[in-house]
Amino acid sequence: MTPHLIESPLDPRQAVLDQVCRAGDPWMATVRAGQTLRILDLEGNQAVDTLFYSAADPEERYSAADTIARNARLYLGAGSRLYSSEGRVMLTITADTCGRHDTLGGACSAESNTTRYALEKRSMHSCRDSFLHAMCHCHEATSRRLGKRDLAPNINFFMNVPVTPQGDLQFADGISAPGKYVELRAEMDVVVLISNCPQLNNPCNAYNPTPIRLLVWDRPAAE
Amino acid sequence: MKPIAADRLLLEELVPGGHHWSGLLRRGSVLRLTDLQGGANVSTLFYHHDEKLERYNMPDTLKAQHTAYLTAGHTCHSDMGRVLCSIVADSVGWHDTWCGAVDAEQVRAKYGDTSFQQQRNDMYRNGRDGLLVELGKWGLGKRDLVANVNFFSKAVCDETGGLRFVEGHSRAGDAVELRFEMNTLVVLSTAPHPLDPKPRYAPAGVRLSAWRGDPVTADDACRTRCPQNGRAFANTERFYAV
Repeated sequence: MTPHLIESPLDPRQAVLDQVCRAGDPWMATVRAGQTLRILDLEGNQAVDTLFYSAADPEERYSAADTIARNARLYLGAGSRLYSSEGRVMLTITADTCGRHDTLGGACSAESNTTRYALEKRSMHSCRDSFLHAMCHCHEATSRRLGKRDLAPNINFFMNVPVTPQGDLQFADGISAPGKYVELRAEMDVVVLISNCPQLNNPCNAYNPTPIRLLVWDRPAAE
Repeated sequence: MKPIAADRLLLEELVPGGHHWSGLLRRGSVLRLTDLQGGANVSTLFYHHDEKLERYNMPDTLKAQHTAYLTAGHTCHSDMGRVLCSIVADSVGWHDTWCGAVDAEQVRAKYGDTSFQQQRNDMYRNGRDGLLVELGKWGLGKRDLVANVNFFSKAVCDETGGLRFVEGHSRAGDAVELRFEMNTLVVLSTAPHPLDPKPRYAPAGVRLSAWRGDPVTADDACRTRCPQNGRAFANTERFYAV
């Protein structure tokens, strides 16, 4: 089935935030209700491990299980609503030129790399280490006392993790490419926590982590 | 399922449908969950009892074993690269890992309003609040609520990822056995599955039976199922050796 692709009318020159997050770096920012966040895959097949927290109450956060059950769908794409642990809509995917994003595969960690690849991989760079680094240094996290307890299953934007009808989990070749993007409209004030996946063990990005670009637009004046 | 030797039995307890329970299962013990009426759903979470920041991790469990569901031979991985428990026997064949626990609003919308004042213990309960109540008894809370296993329930997906709940999946007498590889806090609710389309609230009760198990052998089926499980067992043994 052809993915449901929707392009965005938003002009990068009108963005109120336009930043590049390097390969392997964390990124954290607050996106206000009505604002739109674009995550742009600059060089293709990057995995953007992302968590969302309510800016008002960080105990309310993105919930993979609520998002899967309430959309009755395993993959995210245009029209998907991202639900919080309180069953409320946090963000809506309003544009998507990739077609499918993963919410089952989670983030790599030093410890899970020892089981998935080899015991001696523990010292390698990983996403959960990046999340924890951001939680120690970014004002959005330190002001809310976010820590390891707040690391729940995340979204992997641009990752393709198909499940077969028999229930096998596969790590398929990426369906992203340079310039593909996903756009999310915040339905509440949200804190965004990204680890731009530094994975050097997984062939999903040809062992070549690459940078991403992040843009935010204000709500259009006409609304 | 094999009979349980009386001199090894540690616990026998009934959890009615819709209720909640938590308890410590020590390394080396085995817990059997038995679906008493058929159609049970047991929303379950696992925490390392000695350090509750370490907990069941759905993505790590699925990725390590290249599976999207759980059955005999699978293990439940913690977020720290270790094995909390192994599924050593299962008459059901598929346990859901995706759909989370039902909340109060979903129960109200699907089954209607009830209250303790009117219905006493027949009131409708929801899985999320059941899990939160039990977590609260151990000093845990909302921040510790992560994606759970739904034992006895099955949801399958089509090629677009669309989900379908499989009705009549678990029958009366079906059971699953968990062998604990770490000292584990088990937190569970027997409220209905979030995608169960049955219009009437009638969750089945489950029996919990726990006993002292045999030591894990080198050729254990869960340990040897894949190299990833072997390394997770090695990590677990290293933790208890130091």
